[in-house]
Amino acid sequence: MALLTRTKTGQPFSRRRGVSWRWLGVVPFFAFVAAFLIWPTLSIIGQSFLDQQRNLTLQNILQLGQPFIVAAYVYSLQLSAVTALGGGLLGGLLAYAVTIGGLPRPLRSAVMSFSGVASNFAGVPLAFAFIATLGQLGIVTQWLRSVGVNLYPAFSLYSFWGLSIVYIYFQIPLMVLIMAPALEGMRREWREASESLGASTRQFWRYVGLPILLPSILGTMVLLFGNAFGAHATAFQLTGGGSQGNVVTILIGAQISSDALSNPGLGNALALGMIVIMGVTIGLYTWLQRRSARWLRS
Amino acid sequence: MGKRFWPWLWFLLGASYFLVPLYATFDFSLRARRGELTFAAYANVLRDIKFVESFSFSLQTALATIVVSALVIVPTAYWVQLRLPRLRPVVEFFTLLPFVVPAVVLVFSLARTYSRTPLTDSREGLWVLLVGSYVVLSFPYMYRAVDTGLRSINIHDLTEAAQSLGAGWPTILMRVIFPNVYVSLLSGAFITFAIVMGEFTIAALLAQPAFGPYMNLLASSKVYEPSALAIISFGLTWAAIAAIQWIGQGTQARLVGPR
Repeated sequence: MALLTRTKTGQPFSRRRGVSWRWLGVVPFFAFVAAFLIWPTLSIIGQSFLDQQRNLTLQNILQLGQPFIVAAYVYSLQLSAVTALGGGLLGGLLAYAVTIGGLPRPLRSAVMSFSGVASNFAGVPLAFAFIATLGQLGIVTQWLRSVGVNLYPAFSLYSFWGLSIVYIYFQIPLMVLIMAPALEGMRREWREASESLGASTRQFWRYVGLPILLPSILGTMVLLFGNAFGAHATAFQLTGGGSQGNVVTILIGAQISSDALSNPGLGNALALGMIVIMGVTIGLYTWLQRRSARWLRS
Repeated sequence: MGKRFWPWLWFLLGASYFLVPLYATFDFSLRARRGELTFAAYANVLRDIKFVESFSFSLQTALATIVVSALVIVPTAYWVQLRLPRLRPVVEFFTLLPFVVPAVVLVFSLARTYSRTPLTDSREGLWVLLVGSYVVLSFPYMYRAVDTGLRSINIHDLTEAAQSLGAGWPTILMRVIFPNVYVSLLSGAFITFAIVMGEFTIAALLAQPAFGPYMNLLASSKVYEPSALAIISFGLTWAAIAAIQWIGQGTQARLVGPR
């Protein structure tokens, strides 16, 4: 079946004469991945090119051109880009401060530990935390009101910028976790060499530091982009997941629950679009990681 | 202006982004009664039978996920390192695929592909799908943790020693390999635990009575209890990550991967 052909096709590993049965040892793993990940995903990708009578068609893909779907993709892409930039900037500066910025050592381990927790603190509870902070009744909202600043109705936690602020909460720690080791991989000799040649701090960063770190910074930001693009629970909790749901993941989720009414081909095409964007993102990330590995020892 | 002005500024900025929402949530959770600070919201949550039920459901799901994931990953990582080293990049690639396929797409694909089969028609079937998808989500963390653990011990010598004493493969795996990667396995297990306990998307879309969907529903009827739940949930995540760092002390095991 599909499970077995997967492992057989990827099987160039017996060099010696005779049939090797070594590959049998990895069958359980590949069977599991095939059943719960590869087969369902491939079948969705395939089905997005089929109509209800199972004829080949591009109709489903073309339907992605509907205004509300394009709007959802644009919204998701913008949200991911803004939070990748914002989280990347804040996280990068924080990682810089606690690694080579010269702050006391204990702060580094505190920030790293906290980032480990905060990067896993997303979804429903994170939405709750921000409702208690910046919602209409939130503590910070009330405090600002008491000093004469009214956030509402100009600002809303449920708007694009509100959602961005919440997303950045789980973007910063991810940036810190990945960038801190990269920053520590910068060699002291580079700094010393440029200083002995008379370079100022600014010149060191402009001509040595940033060019070396750039692939790593960009790569991590690309990863943050994907991290936000795939997020569902946080947005669902904040926007209520209504049918006007403005994030792509919510549209896909809604396709499951309203199976009978909606057009099944459209759901498949939505998922395909998401996989394509995530695939490009992770591919770009891998490529940038390889480039940065040239200079930085991790 | 001191030399360390900018690093301190960035640190304070980042720290306040991290801590202000937590402080505000905690403060908010104590305001269930007008005019006094009280833990009433926590008491209400902990007394709620649905809290207990959904929490223990997610606990069982997390344990099942960890056991299945360990049973799949440890033999695979061991076998790949011992006999199929050239397959390692392939296995690594497949463990990282959950980063390409977001949870909502994964659950959508599973629900579509297995619709009208026992997997989606019964309560038990849906639970199998739930655990199966969590196991897939745990692979990146588990594989990296176990792979690192295996590299720090000499599996070739251990295997030969066990074989020369007459041990078969099951004995080698259960009595030699598992005990030796126990610590690395635990760090993978704790991160899996943290992920499963708070997971919402897959559980909700498979209509499972898990902790994530329970938290989501509570928000529509309660005001202060959700923030108490957020604090509890944060504490749970913190405990899991602290456990990883604690058991990782003095060994090579580190916090693995992003997310």
